[in-house]
Amino acid sequence: MDPHLPWFILLNPLVSAALIHLVLRRSSGTSATVSVLSACFGLLAAVGIWFSGQSGAPIEVPWLDFGPALRIPIGFIIDPLSRLMLLVVTGIGALIHIYSLIYMEHDEAKSRYFGNLSLFMFSMLGIVLANNFAMMFIFWELVGVSSYLLIGHWFTRDSAAAAANKAFITNRIGDFGFMLGILMVWSATGSVVFPEIAAKIGTLNLSADFLTAATLLVFCGAVGKSAQLPLHVWLPDAMEGPTPVSALIHAATMVAAGVYMLARVYFLVALSPDAQTVIAWIGIVTAVFAALMATQQDDIKRILAYSTLSQLGYMISAIGLAAPGAAMFHLFTHAFFKALLFLGAGAIIHALHHEQNIWHMGGLSSRMRVTFLTFTAGFLALIGCPFFSGFFSKDLILLAAWQHNTAIFALALFTAFLTAFYMTRLFVVVFLGKSRTDAAAHGHDGPIAMTGPLMILGLFSVIAGWPWIQNYALGEVSSHTLHLLHEGGGSVPVMILATLSFLAGTGGAYVLYSGKAKDPILIPLFKNKFYIDELYAALIAGTQDLFARILAWFDKWILDGIGVRGLSGGAWGAGFVLRFLQWGNLQAYSFLFGIGVVALIYFMVFAK
Amino acid sequence: MTLTLNDYLLVSGLLFATGFAGVLLRRNIITIFMCLELMLNAANLSLVAFSRFNVNAAGLPNYNAQVLVFFIITVAAAEVAVGLAIIVALFRARQTTHVEDISTLKF
Repeated sequence: MDPHLPWFILLNPLVSAALIHLVLRRSSGTSATVSVLSACFGLLAAVGIWFSGQSGAPIEVPWLDFGPALRIPIGFIIDPLSRLMLLVVTGIGALIHIYSLIYMEHDEAKSRYFGNLSLFMFSMLGIVLANNFAMMFIFWELVGVSSYLLIGHWFTRDSAAAAANKAFITNRIGDFGFMLGILMVWSATGSVVFPEIAAKIGTLNLSADFLTAATLLVFCGAVGKSAQLPLHVWLPDAMEGPTPVSALIHAATMVAAGVYMLARVYFLVALSPDAQTVIAWIGIVTAVFAALMATQQDDIKRILAYSTLSQLGYMISAIGLAAPGAAMFHLFTHAFFKALLFLGAGAIIHALHHEQNIWHMGGLSSRMRVTFLTFTAGFLALIGCPFFSGFFSKDLILLAAWQHNTAIFALALFTAFLTAFYMTRLFVVVFLGKSRTDAAAHGHDGPIAMTGPLMILGLFSVIAGWPWIQNYALGEVSSHTLHLLHEGGGSVPVMILATLSFLAGTGGAYVLYSGKAKDPILIPLFKNKFYIDELYAALIAGTQDLFARILAWFDKWILDGIGVRGLSGGAWGAGFVLRFLQWGNLQAYSFLFGIGVVALIYFMVFAK
Repeated sequence: MTLTLNDYLLVSGLLFATGFAGVLLRRNIITIFMCLELMLNAANLSLVAFSRFNVNAAGLPNYNAQVLVFFIITVAAAEVAVGLAIIVALFRARQTTHVEDISTLKF
């Protein structure tokens, strides 16, 4: 492989972002072209890397060198895992860039949008290519920044600005743990470079507690970025950004970075069974909770956002269930069908003049033919309909759960049922029945730049899970996991149970929602997202705000009151009292003076 | 009957007390000024008496006290010059020499 290819892949979106932000600010059309071209070139380069196979020498340039204690290179890791991820990120990225041409056609800040999109591609590809923790962390933060910029693209809306802040701050909480985890790993092994850590950490006889703590802290980063409980709150709000952004960042790539990172450092995760248990449980609990919340949302993008949370929960759980191959497989298929679903939702929103409430849609199947068909493909893939991509990847995760932990398996199965339920609800309400509003009655498909990406993604949503594609695309990434899972047995009952739960969810939702004009069931607990946002608000009011109020009181009354105003007031008061001694009467002064002299004489002479 | 030091000091004390009472009680600033002079002369008288009764082995009085008296007379002369000038200036400004009317030096 040409060693320049990774450099090209990484730097080409950076050049595009710099060009757009520094030079092309005012010419929005050129900006869009530059950004789209850079994304397409990135895809070509990624395909080039894919076909040129394993690299011989490591691609690395020294960056920070502090002697043997700490060496941080800028290096690229080109292995099956990163090659797969490169293809997913650049492929879906390119499609979404093209789609954005139409979706953002009349946006006032088109240049800024495309510049930030390129900046995001740069950051995300940096995470994928990084061969050490320090570099990964830097790009990890850059992804947070570009995500912030894109969520807040329509920053004049208060809700978008607040959502951008929320996403960034929540991510920072997770990243703080990530940083501590990196420091712990570095303190144990003296290196931040993945291959060196992998070679060293097994030989060090580290205590189990240390490894568990380090792994869980590194996992914190994934909890933030992949929006797992309890830091999941930012992702649904992030839907305030433009829909292509939701598709690219908050469905297909950035939120998958946590899963990718865990797969990348799986050598570390594998050393700590306790941490694996925690990871598996956090993943599956997120999956169940998010699916429950999704059943009662009305905003089409929010339903998809909670569905993303739920699917990410699956992937994280698979990492904890010692099946990183299954997690990466689901990441791979999920990236296609979830990007497709978001882009489909975007097409609907675009056609319906920014209407996002599913109860204001309906009957779109006949008018938006292409969108309908492709959305159906994504929908069937997501709910795990047999022979669609999601079926195969979800099946592997269920199988891993079946072999390791019955409770997790039951929850995973329940999530599969819920997924089928809420997605069928969405599907039935949006596409079937009668149109509920005028806008829905006049919706139509977008131009080819919009439907083209939908069709390509639709195709992949169907076939991406087929065994030969899986073998070809994932190969070494999943072969080990697959081998273990097939030896473990139980694939037939799992498949039957999964299909049954899929049928039950779909059938139940169809019966319940078909032909309804408004939601027949209302569960406030789910609709209000388990009151987690309110809980956090109360928690912050009870701790941080309380502390701030105490400090404000201290500042106002102790520092300002006693320290500043007390001293000045004391001096003023003393002066005020003392000035009453100034009668202005000459003889009174003389009298006091005389008394003073008498007293002085008395004390000097007689009071010895 | 011979005069003793105590008799002189008694006279001096009476003079001083009279002067001080005048300073405290009289309202006219000129009078107060004269009472001040009285107090200075009371001090002079006691100094001279001390000198007269503090005789050394050679039969000479202690002249230190008498030198001090000349100092006081000189300073008092200067003080009168300055003081009377101030009073004249004050009278020109306020058309009064009563201390009760001159009481603005306060808050």
